[in-house]
Amino acid sequence: MHLDNPQQLIDWHDKIIAKQKKIKKKILVCCGPGCLANGAQDIIDKFKTVLKEKKISGFTVEALKETGCHGFCEQGPLVVMEPKGLYYTKVKVKDVEDIIEQSIKNDKIIDRLLYNDPQTDKKIERYQDIKFYSHQKKVVLNNLGNINQCNIEDYIANDGYQALSKVITSMSPQKVIDTITKSGLRGRGGAGFPTGRKWATCRKVESDTHYVICNGDEGDPGAFMDRALMEGDPFSVLEGMTIAAFAVGAKQGYIYVREEYPLAVVNLQKAIEIANEKGLLGDNILGTDFSFNIKISRGAGAFVCGESSALMKSVAGEVGEPRAKYVRSVVKGLYDRPTVLNNVETFANVPIIIRKGASWYQKIGTPKNSGTKAFSLVGKVRNTGLIEVAMGTTLREIIYDIGGGIIDDRPFKAVQTGGPSGGCLPASKLDLPVDFDSLNEAGSMMGSGGMIVMDDLTCMVDVAKYFLGFLVNESCGKCVPCREGLYQLHALTVKVSEGKAEEADLEKMEKLSEMVIIGSLCGLGKSGPNPLLSTIKYFRDEYMAHIRDKRCPAGVCRALITYKITDACTGCMACIAPCPTNAITGKKNEMHVIDQELCTKCGACFAVCRYDAILVS
Amino acid sequence: MKHNLDKLSAIFNRYPQNRESLIAVLQDIQKEYHYLPEEALQATAKTLDVPLSKVFSVATFYNAFSHYPRGEKIIRICVGTTCHIRGAHLVQEQLENRLNIKAGSTTKDLKYTLETVNCVGACSQAPVVIVNNKYYGHVKVSDAKKLLRSK
Repeated sequence: MHLDNPQQLIDWHDKIIAKQKKIKKKILVCCGPGCLANGAQDIIDKFKTVLKEKKISGFTVEALKETGCHGFCEQGPLVVMEPKGLYYTKVKVKDVEDIIEQSIKNDKIIDRLLYNDPQTDKKIERYQDIKFYSHQKKVVLNNLGNINQCNIEDYIANDGYQALSKVITSMSPQKVIDTITKSGLRGRGGAGFPTGRKWATCRKVESDTHYVICNGDEGDPGAFMDRALMEGDPFSVLEGMTIAAFAVGAKQGYIYVREEYPLAVVNLQKAIEIANEKGLLGDNILGTDFSFNIKISRGAGAFVCGESSALMKSVAGEVGEPRAKYVRSVVKGLYDRPTVLNNVETFANVPIIIRKGASWYQKIGTPKNSGTKAFSLVGKVRNTGLIEVAMGTTLREIIYDIGGGIIDDRPFKAVQTGGPSGGCLPASKLDLPVDFDSLNEAGSMMGSGGMIVMDDLTCMVDVAKYFLGFLVNESCGKCVPCREGLYQLHALTVKVSEGKAEEADLEKMEKLSEMVIIGSLCGLGKSGPNPLLSTIKYFRDEYMAHIRDKRCPAGVCRALITYKITDACTGCMACIAPCPTNAITGKKNEMHVIDQELCTKCGACFAVCRYDAILVS
Repeated sequence: MKHNLDKLSAIFNRYPQNRESLIAVLQDIQKEYHYLPEEALQATAKTLDVPLSKVFSVATFYNAFSHYPRGEKIIRICVGTTCHIRGAHLVQEQLENRLNIKAGSTTKDLKYTLETVNCVGACSQAPVVIVNNKYYGHVKVSDAKKLLRSK
């Protein structure tokens, strides 16, 4: 059915609601990035076959939903049963029949699949009662664990496209921009530029064409919020873009998706086709004279293409090199036309703001940082997953209340935000409220929302070396300070990690960093030294340990550590075969020995030892 | 290496034949042949009416494109931050040692290609290794052999 006027959308919405009311029980299987990697697809398939074989009264395949990321990836694959919110974790294919037989047919709870709270050692039945969920504030991720990924009926049942309908029927473009401005929405891609102001500037530029681009490049390693949104709730991104197009007067839009996210491309493509078919995208949207088309543009594995001007070059089929932005891309962007570029999460926020109002949105978060922010909480934290919190929530709340603290109760060392452009913050900053301005001030940045937690076994010199190595590979090479400066900074961190550096090298690094920051054209170079500078600032002792004492306190930097076998060794011989250089010798039931001459410190023995008998020092 | 280039025209027909389609076309060629054969680059330049030098510059700029034939089994080690701090480089080293090649290259018998990838967004499973599009999470150093044998 093609919708020819806004009233038809309302009628359709009511019809869907009436139909869905008949479904009393729902099974939601999480198909987010984590659960998929863990075999969620096999679980879906099994559910389908079993449901086909066994007829259960009042329950059909329609009640089985393949949802986007539910959040708690650590416990995946996840299966949730609504309306109760019954929550099963670490589900395997062989559990499917049990779930149908016991929980669907007989309303029984399967104890072994429940989440076990590590603090109280009690089983929890409903996900709402789990601390990981109860401390969050879900706004933009709300649909993710609840609706079928590419099902427009589910999206509409959850108030989808009401915002677009409202905009088209009762708002002027200026009113839309005013609402977004008033809401205080800032760009979720990292820099936090006010979205309303960006749109207003773009609208004012006179041109034959305006463009709207959604940045789904999400290049920061350790971040997957945008992947989860594009895969799990693609219509919200499309609706947000369409509203933006209405506001700035664009007819053509692009979604730039990185090539590492093939499923996002598939789901977005599907969503675009469906929206076109329904008259919610394409020519004469909802029967009005407003038309807007969206094309998907696939990235090809270049981090620098997350930068606005490089991304636009890439969309045009060229090499993704940034340009100097004396004239901003909002004025002269894609094909030199005024272009609004926002990130996935920013667009997904737009329909919610229009629907619920700017004042409602403003009340969430803090005065200059309204709304929520999605994060991927990963690293050495107990509860890894996709989370959303109100702006201004402290790092401590995120890491300890939601994240459940550090794995194995090890000491917290640092949290890395903002990817290769961000920094590492130490324990003394745990009470820092998470918002654009506070993170900047502390020497890190929000970035797109990767939050990587590190414990005492993570070496900060190694982290700085890692990010610099990453950036050396990803620098497009246009500016010498970035191309050569980052290369030299990386070489210096290698020197530190090998215990060959002198104290003067630290100063050299700080000075060179300054030059890279001043002399580079785009954000990659301008913020590239951040991980280095923040680790030198907060973890200078660790650098000094490498330089002065030739010691890596975390036991990571290879040139400065040795592996030794202690008398905890039972002589099980498990470590002998994995050693690539045959450096370990020993007989069954006798303590083994590592030949230090042969040892390459690859850590293979350490990883296989079940008796903690290998000491890194 | 000679290739059957019959499939190229089907790829070209999927897109408007202009500059904007260049990256998409190259991606599809890469998907079909697992790398970009020289003849295919020439055909692309002609069809899209883009100078061959430009096609080559785009093809060498982006990491996704390969210029040499790749192996039957493509092993990609995620080296994103989370995977890194959870020991991805150790896994990488094990695989490199076993295959006797460095990441970014292919064994002489064209059986294995070893690559690194910056982040695949499955950080909760770190470290992650992808073998021919199948994800393996929480990979241990001792899993190298198993990964090489996997289908």
